[in-house]
Amino acid sequence: MNVKVLVMLLLLPFQATAQGFAGLGTTAEEFARPILGTALEFPADHGPHPEYRIEWWYLTANMTGPDGTPYGLQWTLFRSALAPRGGEGWDTPQLWMGHAAVTTPSAHHVAERLARGGIGQAGAEADPFNAWIDDWHMQGPDLDQLSLTASGTDFAYDVDLTATGPLVLHGQNGYSVKSAAGQASYYYSQPFYDLSGTLTLPAGDVAVTGSAWLDREWSSQPLAEDQQGWDWFSLSFDNGDKLMGFVLRGDTDYTSGTWITADGAATALPNGAFSATALSWHAVAGREVPTEWQIRLPDRSVDVTVTAINPDAWMQTSVPYWEGPVTVSGSHAGNGYLEMTGYGQ
Amino acid sequence: MSWTVLAALASYWRRNPLQLVTLLVGLALATALWSGVQAINAEARSSYDAAAATLGEGSYAQITARDGGAIAQQEYIAMRRAGWAVSPVIEGRIDGVRIVGLEPLTAPGGLGPVNLGAGTDLGAFLTGPGQIFARAATLDRLPVLGAQRVIAPDVAPNTVLTDIGIAQRLLGRAGQIDRLIVLPDQPITRRPLSDIAPDLAQATPQGGGDVARLTDSFHLNLTAFGLLSFAVGLFIVHGAIGLAFEQRRPMIRSMRALGVPLGRLIALMAVELAILALIAGAIGIALGYVIAAVLLPDVAATLRGLYGADLSGQLTLRPAWWLSGLAIALGGTAVAASGVFWSLARMSLLSGAQPRALAMAQRGGAQAALAMALLTLSAVMAIWGEGLLAGFAMLGALLIGGALALPPLLALVLKLAEAPARTPVAQWFWADTRQQVPGLSLALMALLLAMAANVGVSTMVSSFRLTFVGFLDQRLASELYVSAEDAAQAATIVAVASDRADAILPILSVDRTVAGLPAEIYSARDHATYRDNWQFLRAMPDAWNRLARGKGVLINEQMFRRAKLDLGDAIALAPDVRLPVLGVYGDYGNSIGQVIVTEALFRSLYPDVTALRFGLRTTPDEAPALRAALRTEAGLSEAAMIDQAAIKALSLSVFERTFTVTTALNVLTLAVAGFAILMSLLTLAAIRLPQLAPVWALGLTRRRLALLDLLRALVLAALTAVLALPLGLALAWALLAVVNVEAFGWRLPMYLFPLDYIRLTALALLAAALAALWPAWRLSRIPPARLLGVFSNER
Repeated sequence: MNVKVLVMLLLLPFQATAQGFAGLGTTAEEFARPILGTALEFPADHGPHPEYRIEWWYLTANMTGPDGTPYGLQWTLFRSALAPRGGEGWDTPQLWMGHAAVTTPSAHHVAERLARGGIGQAGAEADPFNAWIDDWHMQGPDLDQLSLTASGTDFAYDVDLTATGPLVLHGQNGYSVKSAAGQASYYYSQPFYDLSGTLTLPAGDVAVTGSAWLDREWSSQPLAEDQQGWDWFSLSFDNGDKLMGFVLRGDTDYTSGTWITADGAATALPNGAFSATALSWHAVAGREVPTEWQIRLPDRSVDVTVTAINPDAWMQTSVPYWEGPVTVSGSHAGNGYLEMTGYGQ
Repeated sequence: MSWTVLAALASYWRRNPLQLVTLLVGLALATALWSGVQAINAEARSSYDAAAATLGEGSYAQITARDGGAIAQQEYIAMRRAGWAVSPVIEGRIDGVRIVGLEPLTAPGGLGPVNLGAGTDLGAFLTGPGQIFARAATLDRLPVLGAQRVIAPDVAPNTVLTDIGIAQRLLGRAGQIDRLIVLPDQPITRRPLSDIAPDLAQATPQGGGDVARLTDSFHLNLTAFGLLSFAVGLFIVHGAIGLAFEQRRPMIRSMRALGVPLGRLIALMAVELAILALIAGAIGIALGYVIAAVLLPDVAATLRGLYGADLSGQLTLRPAWWLSGLAIALGGTAVAASGVFWSLARMSLLSGAQPRALAMAQRGGAQAALAMALLTLSAVMAIWGEGLLAGFAMLGALLIGGALALPPLLALVLKLAEAPARTPVAQWFWADTRQQVPGLSLALMALLLAMAANVGVSTMVSSFRLTFVGFLDQRLASELYVSAEDAAQAATIVAVASDRADAILPILSVDRTVAGLPAEIYSARDHATYRDNWQFLRAMPDAWNRLARGKGVLINEQMFRRAKLDLGDAIALAPDVRLPVLGVYGDYGNSIGQVIVTEALFRSLYPDVTALRFGLRTTPDEAPALRAALRTEAGLSEAAMIDQAAIKALSLSVFERTFTVTTALNVLTLAVAGFAILMSLLTLAAIRLPQLAPVWALGLTRRRLALLDLLRALVLAALTAVLALPLGLALAWALLAVVNVEAFGWRLPMYLFPLDYIRLTALALLAAALAALWPAWRLSRIPPARLLGVFSNER
């Protein structure tokens, strides 16, 4: 075993059998735990929370090119702490991981970066806002105006984001429960970004416009021991309403979500209100992954089919998962992003 | 039936234990020398491989500071943030142990073959007191460092792997990096290196690593030595097998007459030989292991001192090594026995019962012709051959041809010596000596090869030493060499030294591609230091003055040979700068090309390169004072100053160790050859009785006969030594001027060392005398009844 593999395994010990996806089910030990009733404070909470074990800045975007071709884009910065402290220099236990992807109907480009905290190679700052790893950044005067870049060996992008609506707090004012046993995380989103910019693909540059959705989440143990992964949906309907919903797969499934109206009013969905049923499965990277879903939210008369634009949107990163743009049809039309984790080989 | 036949075959060895011992010991010694050398080489190679794998040398491009100094950590961050997929490495030594700090998150996969194993705590590796990974022996050499010690056998010898943060702390070099490993996959938006960090330079992967290539020269020599030793041993084996088969002809005839099919007989004899070869091979491998274990510390010290290559002083038994040892013992036996089997297969049922050992003399003419053909082939390949393979083929043809030429030459010389002999005893002595040459020829060939190998290798090693020391003299002409960390310190050095040093010679260099080859461009200030000390391999007249006027460049021998340049050929340094080659200088141990230009031209071509290294001229007496001043006034650390005298002393001590190894191998090969002579004489002693008995009957005492035998052995050894000298010199020339050039791109000048040759000849005579002593003593004590018996038992 080389150091790299080892690092991967320790950074995010992936043992789907007993401890959930990417080690998110391991015990939190001395790390801080989310507490119900804690008010989120902005812009401070846009920055990192080193006392918590994991955290991410997770942006997905649905875009179209000049010829109407749909594209998807992902930019994610993960923070993973070996110990609940910050600190400067090599000695800091804060590790960072970046994932970036561009999905076209026929191709899926992925890049991954790893970095130590404390030396300036990667990090996040709340005000003015900046989150970066290597040459990738999500940067702006604040969270409403962002420039976003990333690059890999065969792709790059450089886009600008402008928020057209408010931040949305999930669960109970940002306290999002992840299991019947009470595991929880802090979770808020900015789902109202307009996007414009350029994708650099092997065939050349493509000017794109579209919309983007940013998720911010931090916790120390968001999954229960028996939960092996999740199916997460962020859907934007053509009428302006949005739906975030996820299924945490375990001995019994746990669902949660948020209904977001066009003006940004959010309603938390209790366990069981939202349902997702796999309609067809697709073989990718030696596994079977559902890439067509039936989504139902009877309270809002939502009964839609969610279909992957490119069913091969597999993230072949150190912790592999599926993440890609989808189209929505049925009772509502629209688009969105689908993330599926914990599908073993 | 097979068992019966095998038992019959084995009965011969029971009756002739001496021949059995000859065969086994000869083969065992041959295998021992060969496998001992191979063990040393294999150990060294695996150490380099481990080092290369640990440190990314060889397989990845590297970025280093142009001035050879440290890279600031902020510069690394700047490169990462400009899209460069690079990983930092810091290196240093604590108590002589190489400390390597890696950054595991950015390091390429496969780097650092540390088997951290399950349950290792990444947090403990990256943070807190940290962890150091090394072999147990390496850890034992380190003082208490605070970091947790982890035994990791896969780490290169004398090397400690740890996190870069921990390494910076242990080495007291916070915020510093020595080099950046460039990952093969780079983002497409990466900005040019010159925009982000113009003071850094990228070097392409070396493919095998610098150290391995440099040390190849040393290993090639060792291998050549091992091969020659094996050839010597093979002659012994060939002799023993040949004799055994010759003497068993009557038995073979009897067995065939009794109905044993020829095919089965040959197969069973092959089985018999294979068993003997396996036994001898196993003994030989055990002996080889002992030889390697004894020599390895010296070899390791040599390589560390000469090339900076770390080598474990401990020997590990590698399957590839002992398997190859057994294979070569079996193969060698097969080669030695093939002729015997061939003649056996063609032997008609009822003929050939007579031993033919002494009839071999009749084949002298054919042997001389073959020797001539091989020597001619060798000469042809020396003149027109190209490539390393041709170089080795030439070596082989030279040695075998030389060995085959020995018996006819000896016969010729002895015949000439016999002509002026007048007394009956003298005439008999020469005639009898000539008569014995065929029986002793294999042993004498072994002595010839051993002697030639020793002359060749000691010539080469000594030439290397003379050249290298001379090269150090010209390269290290300044009394003190200092390197600054940055431009500010460089300025301080110049200020401090200008009062005290006689001259300050800045050393400027950049890595560029010249004439399509990777090369270093150096600047030389016009100073007597260079004019006085540097010697050219070839040069135009007035080369220094023309260089000083910017009318040309100097190139090293590697550049000269690889780019096939000649004096006066123009080389391009920049689009509009083409200059002729004024001279070629030797640059031993360097693996790439080098070009020297004037300081003025260098500064105009590369204005952004500042000099951080300086050669300081002063009188040797004042060097310590200058050193002290630089330490106190310019803040230079001791490590940043190199004393010319210290370097030279170190180099010489390294060569002393090389000589230890060479001398040990010399003695061993001569011992093998001496053993061959002893065995041949003992075998001949029995056969010769019918020839000695009449001489004894005519009045020569046994004591006199024994003295004459001793004298004969010395005469033959002396003649062989005389013939070995030119062969050894030819061998040295082939190694230095052909194989070395093909393998490494530079030619070592050859020097002659008559005193060494006299010493070697004395050693060879001593070996022959020792070998002849026991047979002579036995002869002097032989019961007269046995001599008398010759007459009564006469066939």
